[in-house]
Order: sequence, then structure tokens, then C-alpha cells
Amino acid sequence: MMASPLIDIQRLRVLFHGDDGRTTHAVDSVDLSVAHGATLGLVGESGCGKSVTSLAIMGLLSKQSSEVSGSIRFDGFDLLTAGDETLRDLRGNRLAMIFQEPMTSLNPSFTIGDQIIETILRHRGGSRRSARERAIQLLRRVHIPSPEKRVDEYPHKLSGGMRQRVMIAMALACDPRLLIADEPTTALDVTLQAQILELMRELRSESGAAIILITHDLGVVAEVCDEVAVMYAGEIVERAAVDDLFASPQHPYTVGLLGSIPRLDRRADHLATIEGMVPNMANPPAGCRFAARCPFVLDACTRAPPPLRELSPGHASRCIRAPLERLVS
Amino acid sequence: MTALLEATDLVKHFPASRNLFGRPTSFVRAVDGVSFHVEAGETLALVGESGCGKSTVSRLVLRLIEPDAGSVRFEGRDLLALDANELRAFRRQAQIIFQDPYASLNPRMTVGQILGEPLALHELVPPNARRARIEELLRLVGLEPRFARRYPHEFSGGQRQRIAIARALAVEPKLIICDEPVSALDVSIRSQILNLLRDLQDRLGLSYIFVSHDLAVVKHIADRVAVMNLGGIVETAETDALFAAPLHPYSRALLSAIPVPKPQAKRARIILQGEMPSALNPPSGCRFHTRCPFTVERCRLEVPELRQEQRHGTGHAINHAVACHRVGELPPAEAVVPSDGGFSPVLEKLVAAFSHPVEAAAVAGVNKVSTSGGAEAEGRER
Repeated sequence: MMASPLIDIQRLRVLFHGDDGRTTHAVDSVDLSVAHGATLGLVGESGCGKSVTSLAIMGLLSKQSSEVSGSIRFDGFDLLTAGDETLRDLRGNRLAMIFQEPMTSLNPSFTIGDQIIETILRHRGGSRRSARERAIQLLRRVHIPSPEKRVDEYPHKLSGGMRQRVMIAMALACDPRLLIADEPTTALDVTLQAQILELMRELRSESGAAIILITHDLGVVAEVCDEVAVMYAGEIVERAAVDDLFASPQHPYTVGLLGSIPRLDRRADHLATIEGMVPNMANPPAGCRFAARCPFVLDACTRAPPPLRELSPGHASRCIRAPLERLVS
Repeated sequence: MTALLEATDLVKHFPASRNLFGRPTSFVRAVDGVSFHVEAGETLALVGESGCGKSTVSRLVLRLIEPDAGSVRFEGRDLLALDANELRAFRRQAQIIFQDPYASLNPRMTVGQILGEPLALHELVPPNARRARIEELLRLVGLEPRFARRYPHEFSGGQRQRIAIARALAVEPKLIICDEPVSALDVSIRSQILNLLRDLQDRLGLSYIFVSHDLAVVKHIADRVAVMNLGGIVETAETDALFAAPLHPYSRALLSAIPVPKPQAKRARIILQGEMPSALNPPSGCRFHTRCPFTVERCRLEVPELRQEQRHGTGHAINHAVACHRVGELPPAEAVVPSDGGFSPVLEKLVAAFSHPVEAAAVAGVNKVSTSGGAEAEGRER
């Protein structure tokens, strides 16, 4: 019944081998899929593995220090076994990525036009003149004023919001099927964030590209995503349609996260806090990785790793105590 | 009653370029005529986009940088008239916490040395009692006393921010300026620091100037808000009044853009066109006129004054001031601020399981401690 997803990740696992001989489990048995044209939010706090997951998809992890296993099917390829040449053909073309800090991801010594044109020539070929025309069109599409002039400017002359638009224009240069956006609005002011989110929504409906949006901001997720996967300590702990996740979270970690953000319509003298620390991923605990910080913990939680279990169609939780409603009724 | 802190017509222009002889030829008008006051025990939030001058204001009121014009009074005393010794004494009264706890702690000093320095500098505690005071400070911010022997790199971001808070508290200040204190922290850590700041305020009677661009956080922590745009305050109001009905078009745009954790939240988002103009060459008249959807000729010519609003007798807007020529003609402010609808009863109960009693409240051992704050809050939330 379901069409095959655009990208299908199975049992993705990323280990980092440190110089000191320690092995860190950055990502563990992650299963994810994104349908054509859908937007998936990948949420979690620093160090939960969300960015590593995206770098694994893009094939950007160093082969010397990391060990990636599992499978990532995209567009008929397995990205983990594909050769470097294939990956280079895909990246910037059918697979594109936007990073958090647009200043460090643009090359300061080339004009923004040159950087967009380079992408177009690499993947589409054609004349430099037509590529330049396309670059100007792209800048216009991301609402950069007077793109004919801006195309010849260097990144330092643009503000943060403008730079992020340039990054988006570059990512869109070859009409990608999948756009990975890693904290694209985190460095921006709330008014610019609103502009960029609006732009992403607009582009999604125009181009039909799927988006994986990586963020720690649940507000941003609620605004643009169709589906959400919450990550904790390298694992997906909950996955649901966006409405279900916010209305009825089924993993204690998600509950804690939701309670810890100040709400506009809720008066609380104290916000929820998640006590304790993220486990050391060089030596992850045997049972549930959230157990040590969970107010609903049972002995059984610490004995065996809980499976990601589907509670209702499309809503899965890695908690043996779910559904959580029954804990408080 | 005099306010704890009163800033009047503060101006700070930074030279942006100089001629051959070192004379400034152009200025960034970072702060241009800002007035506000802070009462004892109150939290005033300064909000606005990057570059609006909010951090400069926070440094001006501490005289970390000298204003070009205007006055700052602390408990009625003119700070700008203080000599170096008096200024040092004043620093006991007012402290600052910065955004980046990785940059604001000296990596070569142990936590004990970091906290001991202000005690020695201000000769607050005799050397033989310092260790005890340092341990007390660590407990006050929810850290273990044995951490005094460790270095900053051994701590997480949230713990470092606690150390920065303990350092600010060491001199028993009346006012703490919090410059984006939680922006660099993860959400679950952020809530711990926000809870801590609020408990400390309740227990020690502190005033805060809370500089932030995160409006949901501001709604949570502040009693009053001053909205800044390009070096000037465009609106000040009690927090609840501002979020119920923001008046200035800039405040409305800011508040309408808050991303809320509720899918399909009802909102009438105002997306500003264009970017913030440069403070190097700010627009004439109202500095918001280039981005304002309601601009008329007058806005381009005349600078609007910050005037107290007299609104229909709701009793709401008593302390509500706004700097806009067209404030009376604007459309009603309803539905500008998005609604996140709070939690369902079930979710509220689940979240309550994460509401911990205030850490360290019982062991703090500081004179003004009352343990009631935390316990009551717990009761109310359930």
C-alpha cells in the first residue's frame, strides 16, 4: 500500500574509535525512513547522535576514526556501500545539506555566485553563463534582494540570515530529492528564523523535496515537520506523527523535554528538569539508556534494552512502561 | 520609593572608522537614549534582535563601558560620579553572568580559586573562613562542595553556568545582570538554570536584568519587559500585559514569530520583510519604519517618544509605554501571540513527575533562606 520511502535507514550504527583506545557508541541501531516530500524532525540534545546520523547519510564521517554499519537505501543506492565517486555524484545533487553556521560553511575567498555555480557545473555541466543565470534565479527564489548584484558579493558582506539563504540556494541548485538541514535556524534571531522556516515550507511545497530537519527546538519541529523522531544517547526513543508526539508523548524523555520548555499558555513556577546526566557512551548501560534519569523506572528497565515498540499506527516508543497514560490515571 | 536602578537617557556611540589623525568619522549608534528602571526583587527583561543594543545597555549600567551621555543611579547614587574605589565597592552590589560559560571562567583556576577571588578582592570573608563560604556557595547553586578543587573543563555547560552564578553571588549582590544566560544550553539543562535563578531570587531578594532573545523564556522569568530595536526602547510593559496585547508593531512581529511547541498553533504570524537596518546609519524618524507595515510619512520624519498608554479601563496597561506614532490606529492585538494551549491533564501529570523539589534548598545555610518557595511551588503545580 505504501510507496517505497525515499530514504530507508536500517540498523544504522556509528562507532568512533578514539586515540585513547576507547570506543564511543554515537549512534546505535537507528531505523528511519522518510517518504517523498515529507519532513522528518530529528530531535534531541547535544551529543544524542542526531548530527552524526546526518553525517552518516551524507557519507561525511571520516573512515579512519569511525565505523559505520547497517544500511542506508536512497534512490536505488546503498549509501554505505556506494563508492566515493557515486557519493560525490549524489551529494550536492540529489542529496543536499544545510549546516547551522552559514559563515563557516561558505568559503570566504569566493563570491557566493562562484560557489553556487561550482555546484551547478559539477552536476549539470553546461556553460558558465547559463550556470550564472541559474545562480541568480536561485538567489531570487530564496528572496535575496537584487540577486544580480548579490551574486558577485563575498560571504562576509552578507548578514547571518542572508548567508543562510545563500546556503539554501546552493543546496537547491540541483533540485535535491532530500535536503538535510542541521539546526538551520539556531544561529538566527526569531524574526529571521520565522523567515527561513517560511522559506523552507514554501520550497518544500514547490519542489516536493523531502526534508530531514535536525534541531533541538521542539517549537521549530511543531511548525514544519510531519513526523518526529526523538533521539537519546544514540538511539531513537520515540517516533510519531507530529500531532501525536506533542499531544501524547509516549517516552518519558520526550515528556521531560516538553515539560522543560517554558510555555506561553502555562504558568509554572518551576519547569520540569531531567536530573542526572547522559550516560557515558563509551560504556552504555545494559538496560534502557534513560533509566537512571527516569521517574517511572522499574527494575525491569535496567535489565535488558527495551525494544522500539509500536503502540498505535505510526507511534513507537522505546519504553516498556508505555502507554504512559496508565501510569498517572 | 527610589528604584534600585534607574537609567536615564543612556547613549553610547562606538567609533566605527577613524581618519588619519585618529578622529572618529562614523559611529555605531549602539544605544541612543535608553531609560528604564528596576525595582528591588524584580526581573526586567531586555529583548530584541542581535545588534539592538541590549548587551551594550547591560554593560553600561555596570560601567563596564562608559556611556557618552545619560545617567545611571543605583539606590539613588549616581554611578557615573564614582571614583575607582567607589566603583569597586559598587561592584559588590551588581554582578553579571554571561552567555558562554566556556569563555567566562578562567581555565587555569580551580573552582575554589574562581569563587575565592571576589571574596578576597572585596575582603568579605577572612581567609580562614573562605573555604567554608566557597562550599556554601557551591551548595547554594546545587553543586557539591568537593567540586571546589576541580577545574572548569571538568564540568558540563550547565554546571559551568552554575559556577558563574555562584561567582556572581559570592559578593552578595542586589542586582545580577543575566546576559543570555541559558542560550548556550540544552533545553533540559536550561530549565534547571531557570529554576535556579528563580529560587535564588525568591530566597535572596535579588533583582535581575535578563537580556534575552528567547521570548518564551522571558515570559517565564520576567516581571516586566523592555523591547529594544536599534538602540532604543520601543515598548515597556508588565510581562503579562505585553504578551496579552503587544502594542508596538515591532513587538508584535517579535512575539508573533515565537515558535511554539504545538503543531497547527493558531497564529497570525507577522513576517518582517527585509533586515534590521545598520546602527551605523540608522533610519530617520522611527527606526523601525523601514520594516514596519504601518509606516506613514510622519514615521519617516519624526522620532516617536516612549509614552505611557492610557488604555480602556481594563486595569491591564497601567505601566505600558510605547513609542509609535500610530499606536491608536493599529489593528487590535488579538491573536498576535501564538497560543500553545498548555498541556492535556494527562500530560500535565506526567510532566509533574519531572518537577523536582528545589535542589539544595535545605542545606544552603544562607541568612535569608526560606525553604517555603520550592515546596509551595511543587504543591501548586500538582
